Amino acid sequence: MLSQTADHLFWMARYTERAENTARMLDVNLQTSLLPQSEASAELLWRGILGICELQPQYDARFPALAPRDVLDFMASDPSNPSSIHSCLNAARENARAVRGTLTTEVWETINSTWLELKARLRGVEADPSQFFEWVKYRSHLSRGVMIGTMLKDEALYFSRLGTFLERADNTARILDVRYHALADQGTPDTGADDAVGRSIDFYHWAAVLRSVSAFEVYRKVYSNVITPARVAELLILREDMPRSLANCVNEAVTNLASVRNDLSRETERRAGLLQADLHYGRIDAILQQGLHAWLVNFLQRVNDLGDRISRDFLVPLATA
Amino acid sequence: MSSVLHTRAASAAFYDEMHADGAGAVRAHYRDFHSWLAAQSPESLAGKRAEADLIFHRVGITFAVYGDDAGTERLIPFDVIPRIIPAAEWKRLEAGLRQRVKALNRFIHDIYHGQSIVRAGVIPPEQIFCNAQYRPEMQGVDVAGDIYTHVAGIDVVRADDGELYVLEDNLRVPSGVSYMLENRKMMMRLFPELFARNKVAPVAHYPDLLLEDLRSVAPSGIREPTVVVLTPGMYNSAYFEHAFLAQQMGVELVEGKDLFVDDEQVFMRTTQGPHRVDVIYRRIDDDFLDPLAFRPDSNLGVPGLLSVCRAGRVTLANAIGSGVADDKSIYPYVPDMIKFYLDEKPLLKNVPTWQCRKKEHLAHVLARLHELVVKETHGAGGYGMLIGPAASKAEIEAFRARLSARPDSYIAQPTLALSACPTFVESGIAPRHIDLRPFVLSGKNVTIVPGGLTRVALRQGSLVVNSSQGGGTKDTWVLE
Repeated sequence: MLSQTADHLFWMARYTERAENTARMLDVNLQTSLLPQSEASAELLWRGILGICELQPQYDARFPALAPRDVLDFMASDPSNPSSIHSCLNAARENARAVRGTLTTEVWETINSTWLELKARLRGVEADPSQFFEWVKYRSHLSRGVMIGTMLKDEALYFSRLGTFLERADNTARILDVRYHALADQGTPDTGADDAVGRSIDFYHWAAVLRSVSAFEVYRKVYSNVITPARVAELLILREDMPRSLANCVNEAVTNLASVRNDLSRETERRAGLLQADLHYGRIDAILQQGLHAWLVNFLQRVNDLGDRISRDFLVPLATA
Repeated sequence: MSSVLHTRAASAAFYDEMHADGAGAVRAHYRDFHSWLAAQSPESLAGKRAEADLIFHRVGITFAVYGDDAGTERLIPFDVIPRIIPAAEWKRLEAGLRQRVKALNRFIHDIYHGQSIVRAGVIPPEQIFCNAQYRPEMQGVDVAGDIYTHVAGIDVVRADDGELYVLEDNLRVPSGVSYMLENRKMMMRLFPELFARNKVAPVAHYPDLLLEDLRSVAPSGIREPTVVVLTPGMYNSAYFEHAFLAQQMGVELVEGKDLFVDDEQVFMRTTQGPHRVDVIYRRIDDDFLDPLAFRPDSNLGVPGLLSVCRAGRVTLANAIGSGVADDKSIYPYVPDMIKFYLDEKPLLKNVPTWQCRKKEHLAHVLARLHELVVKETHGAGGYGMLIGPAASKAEIEAFRARLSARPDSYIAQPTLALSACPTFVESGIAPRHIDLRPFVLSGKNVTIVPGGLTRVALRQGSLVVNSSQGGGTKDTWVLE
């Protein structure tokens, strides 16, 4: 497969996944902001979103103050924000368009329709943002499903899958990092508050985190127990059967990487394997002891490194030979 | 229910594809379609047209409009009323096209080898060697199978006498075949019942034929050739077609930057390292193919490509230098070529053409500018031409000055009353002028799928069918 083609497929999948996760984060913020809470903690929620995406400076340059409406607008429909849902769906579509011959007709038409429908959908954000986020999520499900359901199991699919899981690993880690931070700052750290009020607020916040990665029911099923931050972290980091967990994302990345292996990719595979082993044999208490934030920062670095190395090995070969 | 047929035009000074002469009797090959059409309401046709637009948008059969908002790509308008060609007429046309392309191919080979047609005095040497499309780099180079014109698009029009004329031979990178295929797909989707009632010859196997042809012209000694489609990129207006053909043939769609030349061979950069390329179906003009040989500012091409081509280690389709044969200044000689190379009588007519470089022709043209069409010999896309009857006095005078200053650059033809086909426009169904571009493939054999791209001038009275100037397209049916 052409390196250029693989590059487009990789980024097509990454942008689709990013649009979905941004929609998930915004939606859960919206839900959480309906809970009774102080103005300061509400503001913290919206700051969190910008923090996850490392967009605080860009936001501040455009808006005088932090307002939920403005953050929503900035993150959903602002074409000048490269991480907005609008920009991600556009980038996914442009990448797909560049390799439309490699995609099945269904995959291309799905991604193209999403883009064509976006304008009309964005007009409805103001009135019903949740419905818009739901739509983005389902379009992403559809893109992925059509890909798996119609594409030949060859490099085209493997590079797309690599893109999906590297992006998802990155996004899940960021969601967890910011939430954990925010909640810890509010004085509801790992051990949880003793008093009933504290616990109930805690519950709603962690339930929201779980919902943002479609893991609320999964949590109940896996633990049959009350929601604690440590278990939430374990579910999202270490559970290999949880589709949006870091462990699963890295497993999938390793498998797909092995399927596209070439002469240059040995070191990349080694690093991916090492990360996989850390998650496979890791324990949540050890991670929490080290400090979740520090651990997640290191994880993000390693995932970024994998992305860079995949680019170098496969997607943009520098030499002619 | 109101019928859609209420606005049929009275007979005019052009050939109507559906109705015979003034009485308005429906021609035999349109009879069945006509009775179906009479039962349709304008609302249902409009609904179908809207559905077609929606599908074309979703499929992305669109033109990128430069500097426009990314969401607003333009469609080439699609008309739901097909152009129908009866079997016997297609047979004659097909034979004529085959003959014409064979002769053109022989001509290009001759030009780059012995030049017997020049030595025989049939074509004056300056017409060839002073032509910008003549590539001295190809002189003496043998191309695989002696094939230059792997894909030819021959523009054919019907004049008021009912005869078909060849208007233009397109031998460089003719486009439009994807519209032929997609228009058919669309018609079958919108009106399946029509295809049950009419025996319409299928066209969907075109990509198979193209692939077979491309594989058949691989450099000698290569059993399993790697074929690629070379595109200028996704911002080219024909990008959809490039991607479509690559996908339908199951070959890679590449850009210049995906290819490189090493050790007298062409390679593409893949995720598994370099991979040799044997046949390039290129959709880039000669000028941009190789910055080392042609335009040095081209970043669409592949440095060194020409040298590999000359060494016979890669085949380009169409061959470099084919453009020498489709120039408007060479066009008047095509009937002579057919006689010269094939010793046959031309089956298809040329439009009578005055070559302004000839003194007596020029005088004739200057005296009758108001009734002629004058074209630049190197022009394309309907630009740089004068349509005498439609031009104002001032426009004619301005053109006269340009023509007198550089008569060598112009030819003139009578203004043809292109035939018209009923077309669904704002005011209902009305006749609009059309042309036809069948696609002729040359490999081991010459093959033509029954049909082509019918372009239609949607503006009333307009004779310009180019999509860049408000033209649309129709499905083209060859009845079996």
